[in-house]
Amino acid sequence: MYLTFGVTLVDITTKIAGIRLKNPTMLASGIMDEDAGSMQRIIECDAGAIVTKSIGLNAREGYPNPTVIELNHGILNAMGLPNPGIEQYCQEIRQLKNSKTPVIGSIYGANTREFIELGKRMEDHGVSALELNLSCPHAKSYGLEVGCDPKLVQEITSSVKEKVGIPIFVKLSPNVTNIIEIAIAAEEGNADAIVAINTVKGMKIDLELGKPILSNKIGGYSGKAIKPIGIRCVYEIAKNVDIPIVGVGGVTTGEDALEYIMAGASAVQIGSGVYYRGIDIFKKVCVEIEQLMKAYGYKKLTEIIGVAHT
Amino acid sequence: MNIPKITKIIESKREATDIKTITFHYPEEIESGQFFMVWMPDVDEIPMSVSYINGDIKGITFRKIGDATSALYKLKPGNKIGIRGPYGNGFKIQGKHILFVGGGTGVAMLAPAAEEAVKNSISSTVVIGVKNKSELFFEKRLKKCGAKVIISTDDGSVGYKGFASDAAKEILKKEKIDAVLTCGPEMMMKTLLDCCKNISFQASLERYMKCSIGICGQCCIGKGLRVCIDGPVFDGKTLKNVKDFGVYRRDSAGRKIQF
Ligand SMILES: Cc1cc2nc3c(=O)[nH]c(=O)nc-3n(C[C@H](O)[C@H](O)[C@H](O)COP(=O)(O)OP(=O)(O)OC[C@H]3O[C@@H](n4cnc5c(N)ncnc54)[C@H](O)[C@@H]3O)c2cc1C
Ligand SMILES: Cc1cc2nc3c(=O)[nH]c(=O)nc-3n(C[C@H](O)[C@H](O)[C@H](O)COP(=O)(O)O)c2cc1C
Ligand code: FES
Repeated sequence: MYLTFGVTLVDITTKIAGIRLKNPTMLASGIMDEDAGSMQRIIECDAGAIVTKSIGLNAREGYPNPTVIELNHGILNAMGLPNPGIEQYCQEIRQLKNSKTPVIGSIYGANTREFIELGKRMEDHGVSALELNLSCPHAKSYGLEVGCDPKLVQEITSSVKEKVGIPIFVKLSPNVTNIIEIAIAAEEGNADAIVAINTVKGMKIDLELGKPILSNKIGGYSGKAIKPIGIRCVYEIAKNVDIPIVGVGGVTTGEDALEYIMAGASAVQIGSGVYYRGIDIFKKVCVEIEQLMKAYGYKKLTEIIGVAHT
Repeated sequence: MNIPKITKIIESKREATDIKTITFHYPEEIESGQFFMVWMPDVDEIPMSVSYINGDIKGITFRKIGDATSALYKLKPGNKIGIRGPYGNGFKIQGKHILFVGGGTGVAMLAPAAEEAVKNSISSTVVIGVKNKSELFFEKRLKKCGAKVIISTDDGSVGYKGFASDAAKEILKKEKIDAVLTCGPEMMMKTLLDCCKNISFQASLERYMKCSIGICGQCCIGKGLRVCIDGPVFDGKTLKNVKDFGVYRRDSAGRKIQF
């Protein structure tokens, strides 16, 4: 217990796979992370860590617009993994080299060889960990198409793990029959942490035109509506694996973050929340976490990880 | 919800070579400098600044340069498009004498701002800079509203021969201008910023946009400034600290493209 100005402070620092975070709020992949300047701004907004956009070997333009729409209870997107390719993106990452806030490199590939190559390049340019995107719901032959096969997940994870020295996080999709099976496959492939969840497949149709609005027709749903799905996934995964978990999906308040922590997450990622509460959401959520912890008499965030299981 | 609303084209009017205005019913309030996302189903959805604000009827003015703008160009009254917005921050229209400098289609979004300035009894001078006479539009409209209009063409086919920024520099020397509002090619706006040492300055920027709601990061400049939400209008003080202003933009994959 620390005392300043007579106020009892709570400890919201946390750790994932040996990486220390000053607070449990991380920037989710694909939000405000296309260039170093944007990530720098999020760092200045007090995020505990940054995850980069998912990067592939070659540049991809992504799908034509409309790519993002906001519905009543969440955000539906089908960006199509736009990115400048690892070669150009490394210049952005290098600019963050001296940042005290950990930067985690998200990568996607069509096969093991691509993941290894990308992982090595990211490591060379100084990221603290890798996040393997095995879960993009709408990019053909990438992401989910790789991530719904436990054998492939284990193979990709263990092959990358053998070739790089930094921790490896595996990001999972809720769009599978059994997420536990995939999480176990990642753990058996020696992943250092699991990130759950990516977006939930969804669609929106315009009545007057009788057409889906997104150019890719199907997209991934994120934001408030998917929080209970994310909490359930984290809870089920925590029951079945021993490695740390990062909870993602619909975190907009300190209450949401603490629910994830109690379900078994060591930290949370925030994506759509940037739309709902602005770019300073990281700071807001941290303040709310502290207030709630004080109200319920919790002193250390790490002591309440997974309490919902007992 | 933030999704396109389907509306019908009311009028499609040719303004100059390859340049058209279309108007449509869209009751949401919008300020000059803000923009819509315009959806042509099965083609694309693109950002377009408002160029006409007339009660429930709004308009956009654009040049045909690719797929989406060509599809817009072909639309006839009664055809359907999707509109959402308004997005962005808009201009702050303040001063005693404002100089508006529009390059190319940039004048489209300056026109409602100049009209508003005149309505608020602010002296308004507008430089319309185009390549040649055939691309000139909105001259009559701006004169009619009471602004002083100066034309510049690269080839001298009408008005001042030279760049809009050169025409603007001469005005800045002669007249007491206390604010410059500009939209056009970024090099032109950068040149103008360099001449506005003690004059308030606002420029409307264009960057490739996807989400338009400030999350995808596609349109960011400098230290994470989102052109779709923090802009598209930025003041001179901000732009002086944006390294990429007038240097590069990013394509839809996020690759840097030098101006
Ligand atoms: C805030 C804002 C306001 C704008 N207002 C106007 C206006 O009032 N009148 C006008 O003529 N033009 C305006 N533009 C530019 C207009 O959006 C592009 O000309 C249009 O998107 C071109 O689409 P295309 O398919 O016809 O061309 P393409 O061949 O697809 O592209 C040509 C160029 O247009 C730009 N472009 C394409 N898609 C987008 C996109 N989604 N976002 C931004 N740029 C894109 C790119 O720089 C590209 O290189 C504005 C742009 C922005 C960002
Ligand atoms: C616009 C947008 C782009 C995204 N891009 C990626 C991506 O490139 N890689 C990835 O792993 N997840 C991506 N995601 C998913 C998010 O990282 C996150 O898993 C999901 O949105 C759920 O969290 P949220 O409810 O906080 O947004 C994207 C989400 C959105 C809304
Ligand atoms: S267009 Fe997505 S952040 Fe501006």
